Amino acid sequence: MADHILKRFDEDLEKLNATINEMGGLTESQFAKALDAVRERDTGLAEQVIAADARVDQLDAQVQQQTVQLLALRQPMAVDLRVVLSSIKIAAALERIADYAKNTAKRGIVLTSGTAPPSAVAGIDRLGKLVRTALKDVLDAFADDDVEKAHDVWQRDEEIDQVYTGLFRELLTYMMEDPRTITACTHLLFMAKNIERAGDHVTNIAELVSFRRTGKTFAEARPKGSGSLYTTGAS
Amino acid sequence: MDTATAPSAPANPPTNPPTNPMVLHAAVGTDGLAEKVTIRDLEFFYGESRALKGISLPLYANKATAFIGPSGCGKSTLLRILNRMYDLYPNQRATGQVLFDGENLLDAGQDINLLRARIGMVFQKPTPFPMSIYENIAFGIRLYEKLPRAEMDARVERALRRAALWDEVKDKLAASGLSLSGGQQQRLCIARTVSVKPEVILFDEPCSALDPISTAKIEELIDEMKKDYTIVIVTHNMQQAARVSDFTAFMYLGELIEFDATANLFTTPRDKRTQAYITGRFG
Repeated sequence: MADHILKRFDEDLEKLNATINEMGGLTESQFAKALDAVRERDTGLAEQVIAADARVDQLDAQVQQQTVQLLALRQPMAVDLRVVLSSIKIAAALERIADYAKNTAKRGIVLTSGTAPPSAVAGIDRLGKLVRTALKDVLDAFADDDVEKAHDVWQRDEEIDQVYTGLFRELLTYMMEDPRTITACTHLLFMAKNIERAGDHVTNIAELVSFRRTGKTFAEARPKGSGSLYTTGAS
Repeated sequence: MDTATAPSAPANPPTNPPTNPMVLHAAVGTDGLAEKVTIRDLEFFYGESRALKGISLPLYANKATAFIGPSGCGKSTLLRILNRMYDLYPNQRATGQVLFDGENLLDAGQDINLLRARIGMVFQKPTPFPMSIYENIAFGIRLYEKLPRAEMDARVERALRRAALWDEVKDKLAASGLSLSGGQQQRLCIARTVSVKPEVILFDEPCSALDPISTAKIEELIDEMKKDYTIVIVTHNMQQAARVSDFTAFMYLGELIEFDATANLFTTPRDKRTQAYITGRFG
């Protein structure tokens, strides 16, 4: 797309994009580190993740301030307006994902002293890697304005939901077999839920990448894989 | 669209030409809207040069339609055709159809004075007559009607109220129209226009010489006037077009590029040129 006649408008939009990109990079790294901390039982790394979350919140606030300013001073229209609106929502989604990473790291610290079944911890890692890849891909799609790539990420949510459902059952089984694992398994259950929720936010970002380019989100109904969770006595 | 380029195009407009496909795309509820004015295959010539190329679009009754586009795109030309303003100049002519309640107002037999009462116009610069505020209104009415004094007073008051000016001028109706502020003068012109009971009101950049408060008052007025009139507004101010209009036509180099509900055109324009223009990327 051609540049604006008013160059400062372009500069403002570029700055907003840069903030989102920085926030995306940081969130991606927070998420990866949280998974590493859980897998490696690394309390130090987990504490780093918890401390660094404040920076993500700061960037979120910065995006809000930049978008308010753009709306007030530049009166963006059409694609520019969609860029500004989607930026607020993408920042909010990234902030949530980073929060889930922080929470996962916190629970990881608790787990180091417990009796977590190793195969369940490996399950968390597997689920986490799926979401981590999806997060990386959606951020690439955002940076390249690649609607097709975003659509691909969006479709992958089904797989994430399926793995989550499988993990959920596995954890239930552990708890039924050996009540001493209940504390650890409950933490793992929350972790799994957090990671699955992070995946949902990735999906939202994929929709926003499409919206900012075309004005539309993906037309078909989103594939869903966790429906069976609520029908098999899981409650 | 690329027919009839020759300046010597026949004066007889073709009957019932196909509707411009762009109009059909207007994806929003145009059902139940009456077309007060229907422009079909309109071409306009300043001497040899063709200023409008195959324009087709509807102006819906009791809605405001905005014409936007860069300078020289033909939007003011289009507006001026609607009340046959071009008749004032030699070597200017229009072909095609402008159906106003079913009648082609380009036809030679039209009563131009009557037409200009039915289709009123408000100009860029306020143009009050050098007379009293009262006479500014009464003068126009007298051209069409002979009214007893009391009735004339009532008509003048109604017109001034309609233009949201009454409270500001009711105690100085004998003062010169030129003594009013720019914004008041513009509302006086609006009052003068509505006093002869038009059906369509054309606004040509009505706020470009006004401060933001006067502008807001005129915009509020336009919004309010839609109840009774069909409004057409030409404006360079896109925010203004977005604020006051229901439909927007984007014109470029004498062509109608896109016509759509204002809410669509300013959020998801279909044409790249429209997008470039409304986001400030033109040129």
